[in-house]
Amino acid sequence: MSTLLRLDGVGKRFANGTQALDGIDLAVAPGEFVSLVGPSGCGKSTLLRLVSGLDNPSTGTIAWDGGEPGQSDIGFVFQDATLLPWATLFDNVYLPLKLGGVSRAAARPRIEEALVLVGLADAAKLLPREASGGMRMRVSIARALVTRPKILLLDEPFAALDEITRFKLNDDLLRLWRDQNWTVLFVTHSVFESVYLSTRVVVMSPGPGRITADAPIRFMDPRNADLRTSSDFATLCREVSAHLARAMAA
Amino acid sequence: MNRAREMFVDVAAPCVVALLFLTGWEWIVRAQNIPPYILPGPILIAQTLWTDGPSLMNSLWVTLRTTLAALASATVLGLALAVALAQSRLIERSLYPYLVILQVTPIVSIAPLIIIWVNDVFLSLLVCAWLVAFFPIVANTTLGLNSIDRGHGDLFRLYRASRWQRLMHLRLPTALPYFLAGVRISGGLALIGAVVAEFVAGSGGAESGLAFRILEAGYRLQIPRLFAALLLLSLAGILIHAVLGFITRRILRGWHESAVSDGR
Ligand SMILES: Nc1ncnc2c1ncn2[C@@H]1O[C@H](COP(=O)(O)OP(=O)(O)OP(=O)(O)O)[C@@H](O)[C@H]1O
Ligand SMILES: [Mg+2]
Repeated sequence: MSTLLRLDGVGKRFANGTQALDGIDLAVAPGEFVSLVGPSGCGKSTLLRLVSGLDNPSTGTIAWDGGEPGQSDIGFVFQDATLLPWATLFDNVYLPLKLGGVSRAAARPRIEEALVLVGLADAAKLLPREASGGMRMRVSIARALVTRPKILLLDEPFAALDEITRFKLNDDLLRLWRDQNWTVLFVTHSVFESVYLSTRVVVMSPGPGRITADAPIRFMDPRNADLRTSSDFATLCREVSAHLARAMAA
Repeated sequence: MNRAREMFVDVAAPCVVALLFLTGWEWIVRAQNIPPYILPGPILIAQTLWTDGPSLMNSLWVTLRTTLAALASATVLGLALAVALAQSRLIERSLYPYLVILQVTPIVSIAPLIIIWVNDVFLSLLVCAWLVAFFPIVANTTLGLNSIDRGHGDLFRLYRASRWQRLMHLRLPTALPYFLAGVRISGGLALIGAVVAEFVAGSGGAESGLAFRILEAGYRLQIPRLFAALLLLSLAGILIHAVLGFITRRILRGWHESAVSDGR
Protein backbone atom coordinates (compact mmCIF):
# COMPACT_ATOMS: atom_id res chain seq x y z
CA MET A 1 0.00 0.00 0.00
CA SER A 2 1.42 3.36 -0.95
CA THR A 3 1.42 6.16 1.58
CA LEU A 4 0.99 9.86 1.21
CA LEU A 5 2.07 10.75 4.70
CA ARG A 6 3.86 8.88 7.46
CA LEU A 7 4.28 9.91 11.10
CA ASP A 8 6.98 8.05 13.02
CA GLY A 9 7.22 8.34 16.80
CA VAL A 10 5.91 11.90 16.66
CA GLY A 11 5.75 13.75 20.00
CA LYS A 12 4.98 17.33 20.86
CA ARG A 13 6.03 19.08 24.03
CA PHE A 14 5.02 22.73 24.35
CA ALA A 15 7.25 25.42 25.82
CA ASN A 16 5.24 25.38 29.06
CA GLY A 17 6.08 21.71 29.55
CA THR A 18 2.76 20.20 28.40
CA GLN A 19 3.38 16.91 26.64
CA ALA A 20 0.50 17.05 24.15
CA LEU A 21 1.48 14.05 21.98
CA ASP A 22 3.80 11.11 22.43
CA GLY A 23 4.89 8.28 20.14
CA ILE A 24 2.35 8.80 17.37
CA ASP A 25 2.78 6.38 14.46
CA LEU A 26 0.35 6.88 11.63
CA ALA A 27 0.51 6.18 7.92
CA VAL A 28 -2.09 7.67 5.62
CA ALA A 29 -2.65 6.35 2.11
CA PRO A 30 -3.80 8.55 -0.77
CA GLY A 31 -7.57 8.70 -0.97
CA GLU A 32 -8.18 7.70 2.64
CA PHE A 33 -10.72 9.48 4.83
CA VAL A 34 -9.29 9.24 8.33
CA SER A 35 -11.26 10.46 11.34
CA LEU A 36 -9.54 11.30 14.61
CA VAL A 37 -11.70 10.97 17.70
CA GLY A 38 -10.77 11.31 21.33
CA PRO A 39 -11.55 13.21 24.50
CA SER A 40 -10.97 16.93 24.68
CA GLY A 41 -7.32 17.82 25.15
CA CYS A 42 -5.92 14.58 23.74
CA GLY A 43 -3.98 16.45 21.08
CA LYS A 44 -6.12 16.11 17.96
CA SER A 45 -5.75 19.76 16.97
CA THR A 46 -2.06 19.63 17.80
CA LEU A 47 -1.69 16.63 15.49
CA LEU A 48 -3.33 18.48 12.59
CA ARG A 49 -1.12 21.51 13.21
CA LEU A 50 1.97 19.32 13.06
CA VAL A 51 0.82 17.71 9.82
CA SER A 52 0.09 21.14 8.32
CA GLY A 53 3.52 22.43 9.27
CA LEU A 54 2.13 25.23 11.45
CA ASP A 55 4.02 23.63 14.35
CA ASN A 56 7.05 21.36 14.41
CA PRO A 57 7.19 18.04 16.28
CA SER A 58 9.55 17.90 19.26
CA THR A 59 10.41 14.28 18.54
CA GLY A 60 9.91 11.90 15.63
CA THR A 61 9.46 12.64 11.95
CA ILE A 62 6.71 13.48 9.51
CA ALA A 63 7.54 12.24 6.02
CA TRP A 64 5.67 13.00 2.81
CA ASP A 65 5.73 10.65 -0.09
CA GLY A 66 6.96 12.67 -3.04
CA GLY A 67 8.66 15.40 -1.03
CA GLU A 68 7.60 18.24 1.21
CA PRO A 69 4.18 19.70 0.43
CA GLY A 70 4.15 22.95 -1.51
CA GLN A 71 2.36 26.22 -0.90
CA SER A 72 -0.97 24.90 -2.14
CA ASP A 73 -0.80 21.22 -1.20
CA ILE A 74 -2.51 21.45 2.19
CA GLY A 75 -6.05 22.64 2.80
CA PHE A 76 -6.89 23.36 6.44
CA VAL A 77 -10.37 24.03 7.77
CA PHE A 78 -9.90 25.45 11.25
CA GLN A 79 -12.28 24.92 14.12
CA ASP A 80 -13.79 28.36 13.51
CA ALA A 81 -14.18 29.80 10.06
CA THR A 82 -11.39 32.44 10.42
CA LEU A 83 -12.72 34.48 7.51
CA LEU A 84 -11.29 37.95 6.93
CA PRO A 85 -14.15 40.25 8.01
CA TRP A 86 -13.25 43.00 5.52
CA ALA A 87 -13.27 40.75 2.46
CA THR A 88 -16.29 39.39 0.58
CA LEU A 89 -16.89 35.64 0.57
CA PHE A 90 -15.43 35.61 -2.93
CA ASP A 91 -12.25 37.35 -1.81
CA ASN A 92 -11.98 35.08 1.21
CA VAL A 93 -11.93 32.08 -1.09
CA TYR A 94 -9.46 33.89 -3.34
CA LEU A 95 -6.98 34.42 -0.49
CA PRO A 96 -4.89 31.22 -0.81
CA LEU A 97 -4.50 31.79 -4.55
CA LYS A 98 -3.70 35.46 -4.04
CA LEU A 99 -0.97 34.55 -1.58
CA GLY A 100 0.26 32.05 -4.14
CA GLY A 101 0.62 34.82 -6.72
CA VAL A 102 -2.36 33.91 -8.93
CA SER A 103 -4.06 36.93 -10.50
CA ARG A 104 -7.70 37.58 -9.74
CA ALA A 105 -8.71 37.03 -13.33
CA ALA A 106 -6.88 33.73 -13.57
CA ALA A 107 -8.29 32.59 -10.23
CA ARG A 108 -11.92 33.50 -10.96
CA PRO A 109 -13.02 30.20 -12.56
CA ARG A 110 -11.50 28.18 -9.72
CA ILE A 111 -13.07 30.37 -7.06
CA GLU A 112 -16.45 30.11 -8.73
CA GLU A 113 -16.05 26.36 -9.00
CA ALA A 114 -15.20 26.08 -5.30
CA LEU A 115 -18.18 28.25 -4.35
CA VAL A 116 -20.47 26.09 -6.49
CA LEU A 117 -19.13 22.95 -4.81
CA VAL A 118 -20.15 24.22 -1.38
CA GLY A 119 -23.43 25.61 -2.73
CA LEU A 120 -22.64 29.29 -2.30
CA ALA A 121 -22.45 30.49 -5.89
CA ASP A 122 -25.04 33.20 -5.27
CA ALA A 123 -23.53 34.49 -2.05
CA ALA A 124 -20.12 35.48 -3.43
CA LYS A 125 -20.61 39.20 -2.87
CA LEU A 126 -21.69 38.99 0.77
CA LEU A 127 -19.43 39.98 3.62
CA PRO A 128 -18.81 37.35 6.33
CA ARG A 129 -21.01 39.12 8.86
CA GLU A 130 -23.91 38.94 6.43
CA ALA A 131 -23.57 35.16 6.13
CA SER A 132 -24.89 32.55 8.56
CA GLY A 133 -22.61 30.36 10.65
CA GLY A 134 -23.15 27.41 8.32
CA MET A 135 -22.40 29.55 5.27
CA ARG A 136 -19.19 30.82 6.85
CA MET A 137 -18.08 27.27 7.56
CA ARG A 138 -18.79 26.33 3.95
CA VAL A 139 -16.79 29.33 2.75
CA SER A 140 -13.85 28.18 4.82
CA ILE A 141 -14.20 24.74 3.23
CA ALA A 142 -14.27 26.34 -0.23
CA ARG A 143 -11.17 28.32 0.71
CA ALA A 144 -9.41 25.08 1.68
CA LEU A 145 -10.46 23.44 -1.60
CA VAL A 146 -9.61 26.22 -4.00
CA THR A 147 -5.92 25.39 -4.26
CA ARG A 148 -6.79 21.75 -5.09
CA PRO A 149 -4.74 20.43 -2.18
CA LYS A 150 -3.35 16.91 -1.91
CA ILE A 151 -4.62 16.60 1.62
CA LEU A 152 -7.47 18.23 3.47
CA LEU A 153 -7.29 18.77 7.24
CA LEU A 154 -10.59 19.47 9.00
CA ASP A 155 -10.69 20.36 12.70
CA GLU A 156 -14.22 19.85 14.05
CA PRO A 157 -15.59 21.86 11.15
CA PHE A 158 -19.25 21.17 11.93
CA ALA A 159 -19.15 21.29 15.73
CA ALA A 160 -21.05 24.55 16.01
CA LEU A 161 -23.84 23.66 13.58
CA ASP A 162 -27.32 22.24 14.03
CA GLU A 163 -27.89 18.59 13.17
CA ILE A 164 -29.74 19.13 9.87
CA THR A 165 -27.07 21.44 8.48
CA ARG A 166 -24.45 19.11 9.80
CA PHE A 167 -25.94 16.07 8.04
CA LYS A 168 -26.20 18.05 4.84
CA LEU A 169 -22.57 19.20 5.04
CA ASN A 170 -21.54 15.62 5.88
CA ASP A 171 -23.13 14.44 2.65
CA ASP A 172 -21.63 17.34 0.69
CA LEU A 173 -18.21 16.51 2.07
CA LEU A 174 -18.59 12.81 1.18
CA ARG A 175 -19.68 13.68 -2.34
CA LEU A 176 -16.70 16.02 -2.80
CA TRP A 177 -14.28 13.50 -1.37
CA ARG A 178 -15.56 10.80 -3.74
CA ASP A 179 -15.56 13.07 -6.79
CA GLN A 180 -12.25 14.77 -6.17
CA ASN A 181 -10.13 11.89 -4.89
CA TRP A 182 -8.86 13.67 -1.83
CA THR A 183 -7.08 12.47 1.24
CA VAL A 184 -8.82 13.73 4.36
CA LEU A 185 -7.85 13.98 8.03
CA PHE A 186 -10.99 14.80 9.97
CA VAL A 187 -11.21 15.65 13.67
CA THR A 188 -14.57 15.22 15.37
CA HIS A 189 -16.14 14.60 18.75
CA SER A 190 -19.01 12.66 17.24
CA VAL A 191 -18.63 8.91 16.94
CA PHE A 192 -21.60 8.78 14.52
CA GLU A 193 -20.04 11.38 12.28
CA SER A 194 -16.68 9.60 12.24
CA VAL A 195 -18.23 6.24 11.36
CA TYR A 196 -20.54 7.74 8.77
CA LEU A 197 -17.80 9.62 6.92
CA SER A 198 -14.56 7.72 7.19
CA THR A 199 -12.74 4.78 5.72
CA ARG A 200 -10.85 4.59 9.00
CA VAL A 201 -11.35 5.85 12.54
CA VAL A 202 -8.33 6.57 14.75
CA VAL A 203 -9.06 6.78 18.48
CA MET A 204 -6.75 8.77 20.74
CA SER A 205 -6.31 8.95 24.51
CA PRO A 206 -5.04 11.90 26.51
CA GLY A 207 -2.14 12.69 28.83
CA PRO A 208 -0.02 12.50 26.70
CA GLY A 209 -1.93 12.01 23.44
CA ARG A 210 -1.50 8.53 22.01
CA ILE A 211 -3.27 6.39 19.43
CA THR A 212 -5.17 3.59 21.18
CA ALA A 213 -7.25 2.14 18.35
CA ASP A 214 -7.28 2.22 14.58
CA ALA A 215 -10.47 0.78 13.10
CA PRO A 216 -11.20 0.40 9.38
CA ILE A 217 -14.76 1.22 8.33
CA ARG A 218 -15.93 -0.74 5.32
CA PHE A 219 -19.25 0.37 3.94
CA MET A 220 -20.39 0.20 0.40
CA ASP A 221 -21.41 3.40 -1.23
CA PRO A 222 -23.77 5.12 -1.17
CA ARG A 223 -23.60 6.35 2.35
CA ASN A 224 -26.91 8.04 2.98
CA ALA A 225 -29.69 8.52 5.51
CA ASP A 226 -30.58 4.80 5.35
CA LEU A 227 -27.10 3.90 6.48
CA ARG A 228 -27.47 5.98 9.62
CA THR A 229 -30.24 3.66 10.83
CA SER A 230 -28.82 0.35 9.64
CA SER A 231 -27.66 -2.32 12.07
CA ASP A 232 -24.14 -2.49 10.58
CA PHE A 233 -23.77 1.18 11.29
CA ALA A 234 -24.97 0.72 14.86
CA THR A 235 -22.54 -2.13 15.45
CA LEU A 236 -19.56 -0.09 14.24
CA CYS A 237 -20.62 2.91 16.29
CA ARG A 238 -20.79 0.70 19.37
CA GLU A 239 -17.29 -0.63 18.68
CA VAL A 240 -15.79 2.81 18.24
CA SER A 241 -17.63 4.04 21.32
CA ALA A 242 -16.14 1.18 23.33
CA HIS A 243 -12.65 2.15 22.11
CA LEU A 244 -13.36 5.72 23.02
CA ALA A 245 -14.61 4.78 26.49
CA ARG A 246 -11.40 2.84 27.11
CA ALA A 247 -9.37 5.81 25.85
CA MET A 248 -11.17 8.16 28.19
CA ALA A 249 -10.67 5.83 31.13
CA ALA A 250 -6.94 5.59 30.39
CA MET B 1 -41.01 55.07 12.25
CA ASN B 2 -38.87 54.22 15.28
CA ARG B 3 -35.81 55.28 13.37
CA ALA B 4 -37.31 58.62 12.36
CA ARG B 5 -38.44 59.15 15.91
CA GLU B 6 -35.02 58.35 17.29
CA MET B 7 -33.41 60.80 14.88
CA PHE B 8 -35.95 63.42 15.85
CA VAL B 9 -35.07 62.93 19.52
CA ASP B 10 -31.35 62.99 18.70
CA VAL B 11 -31.72 66.36 17.00
CA ALA B 12 -34.61 67.92 18.89
CA ALA B 13 -33.53 67.15 22.45
CA PRO B 14 -30.17 68.98 22.28
CA CYS B 15 -31.89 71.86 20.42
CA VAL B 16 -34.42 72.29 23.23
CA VAL B 17 -31.58 72.33 25.78
CA ALA B 18 -29.73 74.94 23.70
CA LEU B 19 -32.84 77.09 23.39
CA LEU B 20 -33.52 76.99 27.14
CA PHE B 21 -29.89 77.74 27.91
CA LEU B 22 -29.69 80.69 25.48
CA THR B 23 -33.01 82.12 26.66
CA GLY B 24 -31.87 81.90 30.28
CA TRP B 25 -28.57 83.52 29.40
CA GLU B 26 -30.21 86.42 27.54
CA TRP B 27 -32.73 86.87 30.33
CA ILE B 28 -30.07 87.06 33.07
CA VAL B 29 -27.95 89.50 31.05
CA ARG B 30 -30.97 91.80 30.57
CA ALA B 31 -32.46 91.39 34.06
CA GLN B 32 -29.14 92.02 35.84
CA ASN B 33 -28.06 94.67 33.35
CA ILE B 34 -24.68 92.98 32.89
CA PRO B 35 -22.47 95.17 30.63
CA PRO B 36 -21.40 93.51 27.34
CA TYR B 37 -17.68 93.77 28.22
CA ILE B 38 -18.33 91.40 31.14
CA LEU B 39 -20.84 89.03 29.54
CA PRO B 40 -22.61 89.76 26.25
CA GLY B 41 -25.99 88.14 25.60
CA PRO B 42 -26.40 85.58 22.83
CA ILE B 43 -28.31 87.99 20.62
CA LEU B 44 -25.46 90.51 20.72
CA ILE B 45 -22.97 87.73 20.01
CA ALA B 46 -25.02 86.65 17.00
CA GLN B 47 -25.10 90.25 15.73
CA THR B 48 -21.34 90.54 16.19
CA LEU B 49 -20.84 87.29 14.36
CA TRP B 50 -22.87 88.76 11.51
CA THR B 51 -20.99 92.08 11.33
CA ASP B 52 -17.48 90.76 12.13
CA GLY B 53 -18.03 87.48 10.34
CA PRO B 54 -16.10 88.31 7.15
CA SER B 55 -12.93 89.38 8.98
CA LEU B 56 -13.17 86.48 11.44
CA MET B 57 -13.77 84.02 8.61
CA ASN B 58 -10.39 84.95 7.21
CA SER B 59 -8.77 84.09 10.52
CA LEU B 60 -10.81 80.91 10.82
CA TRP B 61 -9.44 79.84 7.47
CA VAL B 62 -5.86 80.52 8.65
CA THR B 63 -6.38 78.36 11.73
CA LEU B 64 -8.16 75.63 9.79
CA ARG B 65 -5.37 75.59 7.22
CA THR B 66 -2.82 74.90 9.96
CA THR B 67 -5.11 72.30 11.53
CA LEU B 68 -5.79 70.41 8.32
CA ALA B 69 -2.16 70.48 7.20
CA ALA B 70 -1.13 69.19 10.63
CA LEU B 71 -3.78 66.47 10.57
CA ALA B 72 -2.83 65.39 7.05
CA SER B 73 0.88 65.20 7.80
CA ALA B 74 0.21 63.50 11.15
CA THR B 75 -1.92 60.92 9.34
CA VAL B 76 0.69 60.17 6.69
CA LEU B 77 3.74 60.26 8.93
CA GLY B 78 1.94 58.57 11.82
CA LEU B 79 0.92 55.68 9.61
CA ALA B 80 4.41 55.39 8.12
CA LEU B 81 6.00 55.49 11.58
CA ALA B 82 3.58 52.86 12.92
CA VAL B 83 4.39 50.55 10.01
CA ALA B 84 8.10 51.07 10.68
CA LEU B 85 7.63 50.36 14.39
CA ALA B 86 5.67 47.22 13.59
CA GLN B 87 8.53 45.76 11.56
CA SER B 88 10.40 44.57 14.62
CA ARG B 89 10.14 44.56 18.39
CA LEU B 90 13.63 46.05 18.52
CA ILE B 91 12.67 49.13 16.50
CA GLU B 92 9.49 49.53 18.53
CA ARG B 93 11.25 49.16 21.89
CA SER B 94 14.01 51.60 20.97
CA LEU B 95 11.81 54.38 19.54
CA TYR B 96 8.60 54.19 21.53
CA PRO B 97 9.90 55.82 24.75
CA TYR B 98 10.90 58.92 22.80
CA LEU B 99 7.48 59.14 21.21
CA VAL B 100 5.96 59.00 24.69
CA ILE B 101 8.29 61.78 25.89
CA LEU B 102 7.25 63.94 22.93
CA GLN B 103 3.63 63.23 23.74
CA VAL B 104 3.74 64.01 27.46
CA THR B 105 5.75 67.21 27.09
CA PRO B 106 3.18 70.03 27.15
CA ILE B 107 3.10 71.73 23.79
CA VAL B 108 2.94 75.22 25.35
CA SER B 109 6.35 74.62 26.87
CA ILE B 110 8.11 73.73 23.62
CA ALA B 111 6.09 75.92 21.27
CA PRO B 112 8.27 79.03 21.95
CA LEU B 113 11.38 77.03 21.05
CA ILE B 114 9.86 75.74 17.86
CA ILE B 115 8.72 79.22 16.90
CA ILE B 116 12.29 80.48 17.38
CA TRP B 117 13.86 77.57 15.50
CA VAL B 118 11.50 77.49 12.56
CA ASN B 119 11.62 80.75 10.69
CA ASP B 120 8.42 80.47 8.73
CA VAL B 121 5.32 81.28 10.80
CA PHE B 122 3.01 78.84 9.06
CA LEU B 123 5.59 76.09 9.29
CA SER B 124 6.27 76.63 12.99
CA LEU B 125 2.54 76.53 13.80
CA LEU B 126 2.22 73.43 11.66
CA VAL B 127 5.03 71.68 13.54
CA CYS B 128 3.41 72.47 16.90
CA ALA B 129 -0.01 71.20 15.84
CA TRP B 130 1.59 68.15 14.26
CA LEU B 131 3.45 67.27 17.44
CA VAL B 132 0.18 67.18 19.34
CA ALA B 133 -1.74 65.32 16.66
CA PHE B 134 0.50 62.54 15.51
CA PHE B 135 0.92 60.44 18.65
CA PRO B 136 -2.62 59.00 18.85
CA ILE B 137 -2.30 57.86 15.24
CA VAL B 138 1.03 56.15 15.85
CA ALA B 139 -0.10 54.56 19.12
CA ASN B 140 -3.43 53.33 17.78
CA THR B 141 -2.09 52.06 14.48
CA THR B 142 0.78 50.24 16.20
CA LEU B 143 -1.70 48.55 18.50
CA GLY B 144 -3.85 47.58 15.51
CA LEU B 145 -0.91 46.20 13.52
CA ASN B 146 -0.07 43.96 16.48
CA SER B 147 -3.65 42.81 17.08
CA ILE B 148 -3.69 40.03 14.50
CA ASP B 149 -6.25 37.31 15.13
CA ARG B 150 -4.36 34.08 15.82
CA GLY B 151 -6.43 32.09 13.34
CA HIS B 152 -5.74 34.65 10.60
CA GLY B 153 -2.04 34.47 11.43
CA ASP B 154 -2.11 30.68 11.06
CA LEU B 155 -3.93 30.99 7.76
CA PHE B 156 -1.30 33.32 6.35
CA ARG B 157 1.48 31.06 7.58
CA LEU B 158 -0.18 27.99 6.10
CA TYR B 159 -0.17 29.62 2.66
CA ARG B 160 3.37 30.93 3.18
CA ALA B 161 2.52 34.60 2.87
CA SER B 162 5.54 36.85 2.50
CA ARG B 163 6.21 39.63 4.99
CA TRP B 164 4.88 42.12 2.50
CA GLN B 165 1.68 40.13 1.82
CA ARG B 166 1.13 39.78 5.56
CA LEU B 167 1.46 43.52 5.99
CA MET B 168 -0.75 44.46 3.04
CA HIS B 169 -3.46 41.82 3.29
CA LEU B 170 -3.61 41.12 7.01
CA ARG B 171 -1.93 43.61 9.32
CA LEU B 172 -3.00 46.84 7.64
CA PRO B 173 -6.66 45.82 7.20
CA THR B 174 -6.73 44.64 10.83
CA ALA B 175 -5.26 47.97 11.92
CA LEU B 176 -7.66 50.09 9.85
CA PRO B 177 -10.34 50.62 12.55
CA TYR B 178 -7.63 51.43 15.12
CA PHE B 179 -5.98 53.84 12.68
CA LEU B 180 -9.25 55.61 11.92
CA ALA B 181 -10.02 55.94 15.63
CA GLY B 182 -6.57 57.53 16.01
CA VAL B 183 -7.28 59.97 13.19
CA ARG B 184 -10.54 60.99 14.85
CA ILE B 185 -8.77 61.75 18.12
CA SER B 186 -6.04 63.59 16.24
CA GLY B 187 -8.58 65.75 14.40
CA GLY B 188 -9.57 67.43 17.66
CA LEU B 189 -5.99 67.57 18.92
CA ALA B 190 -4.70 69.18 15.72
CA LEU B 191 -7.12 72.08 16.22
CA ILE B 192 -6.09 72.45 19.86
CA GLY B 193 -2.43 72.32 18.83
CA ALA B 194 -2.94 74.98 16.17
CA VAL B 195 -4.75 77.27 18.60
CA VAL B 196 -2.16 76.84 21.35
CA ALA B 197 0.63 77.54 18.90
CA GLU B 198 -1.13 80.69 17.68
CA PHE B 199 -1.54 81.88 21.25
CA VAL B 200 2.17 81.41 21.87
CA ALA B 201 3.23 82.91 18.55
CA GLY B 202 0.79 85.77 18.99
CA SER B 203 1.58 87.19 15.56
CA GLY B 204 -0.64 89.92 14.18
CA GLY B 205 -1.27 91.03 10.63
CA ALA B 206 -3.34 89.59 7.87
CA GLU B 207 -2.04 86.09 8.40
CA SER B 208 -3.25 85.70 11.98
CA GLY B 209 -5.57 82.94 13.06
CA LEU B 210 -8.62 82.82 15.30
CA ALA B 211 -6.59 82.35 18.47
CA PHE B 212 -4.87 85.68 17.86
CA ARG B 213 -8.25 87.33 17.20
CA ILE B 214 -9.43 86.03 20.58
CA LEU B 215 -6.35 87.45 22.33
CA GLU B 216 -6.70 90.73 20.50
CA ALA B 217 -10.42 91.04 21.29
CA GLY B 218 -9.63 90.29 24.93
CA TYR B 219 -7.02 93.08 25.12
CA ARG B 220 -9.44 95.53 23.53
CA LEU B 221 -12.34 94.44 25.72
CA GLN B 222 -14.35 93.55 22.58
CA ILE B 223 -15.93 90.69 24.48
CA PRO B 224 -18.80 90.05 22.02
CA ARG B 225 -16.21 89.64 19.28
CA LEU B 226 -14.24 87.28 21.53
CA PHE B 227 -17.32 85.15 22.00
CA ALA B 228 -18.04 85.19 18.27
CA ALA B 229 -14.52 83.95 17.55
CA LEU B 230 -14.86 81.30 20.24
CA LEU B 231 -18.11 80.16 18.69
CA LEU B 232 -16.48 79.82 15.28
CA LEU B 233 -13.68 77.79 16.82
CA SER B 234 -16.09 75.35 18.48
CA LEU B 235 -18.05 75.03 15.26
CA ALA B 236 -14.84 74.21 13.41
CA GLY B 237 -14.01 71.53 16.00
CA ILE B 238 -17.47 70.01 15.77
CA LEU B 239 -17.28 70.05 11.99
CA ILE B 240 -13.93 68.26 11.95
CA HIS B 241 -15.22 65.67 14.39
CA ALA B 242 -18.39 65.09 12.36
CA VAL B 243 -16.57 64.82 9.03
CA LEU B 244 -14.01 62.36 10.37
CA GLY B 245 -16.78 60.32 11.99
CA PHE B 246 -18.65 60.22 8.72
CA ILE B 247 -15.55 59.13 6.78
CA THR B 248 -14.81 56.43 9.36
CA ARG B 249 -18.30 55.00 9.13
CA ARG B 250 -18.19 55.06 5.35
CA ILE B 251 -14.92 53.17 5.20
CA LEU B 252 -15.80 50.57 7.82
CA ARG B 253 -19.40 50.10 6.84
CA GLY B 254 -20.44 46.50 6.69
CA TRP B 255 -17.52 44.72 8.25
CA HIS B 256 -16.52 46.33 11.49
CA GLU B 257 -18.76 46.13 14.54
CA SER B 258 -18.26 49.80 15.43
CA ALA B 259 -19.78 50.88 12.11
CA VAL B 260 -22.65 48.43 11.84
CA SER B 261 -25.77 50.55 12.14
CA ASP B 262 -28.30 47.90 13.15
CA GLY B 263 -25.92 46.19 15.52
CA ARG B 264 -26.64 48.01 18.75
N1 LIG C 1 0.22 26.45 22.29
C1 LIG C 1 0.11 25.60 23.34
N2 LIG C 1 0.91 25.77 24.42
C2 LIG C 1 0.83 24.91 25.46
N3 LIG C 1 -0.01 23.88 25.53
C3 LIG C 1 -0.83 23.67 24.49
C4 LIG C 1 -0.83 24.53 23.34
N4 LIG C 1 -1.76 24.07 22.47
C5 LIG C 1 -2.32 23.00 23.06
N5 LIG C 1 -1.77 22.76 24.26
C6 LIG C 1 -2.10 21.64 25.17
O1 LIG C 1 -1.96 20.45 24.45
C7 LIG C 1 -2.99 19.54 24.76
C8 LIG C 1 -3.71 19.11 23.50
O2 LIG C 1 -4.38 20.23 22.95
P1 LIG C 1 -5.24 20.11 21.62
O3 LIG C 1 -5.77 21.46 21.31
O4 LIG C 1 -4.43 19.46 20.58
O5 LIG C 1 -6.42 19.15 22.09
P2 LIG C 1 -7.68 18.65 21.26
O6 LIG C 1 -7.63 17.17 21.25
O7 LIG C 1 -7.75 19.33 19.95
O8 LIG C 1 -8.86 19.11 22.21
P3 LIG C 1 -10.34 19.61 21.78
O9 LIG C 1 -11.09 18.39 21.39
O10 LIG C 1 -10.87 20.20 23.04
O11 LIG C 1 -10.19 20.60 20.68
C9 LIG C 1 -3.89 20.22 25.77
O12 LIG C 1 -3.54 19.76 27.05
C10 LIG C 1 -3.53 21.67 25.64
O13 LIG C 1 -3.64 22.31 26.89
MG1 LIG D 1 -9.10 20.82 19.10
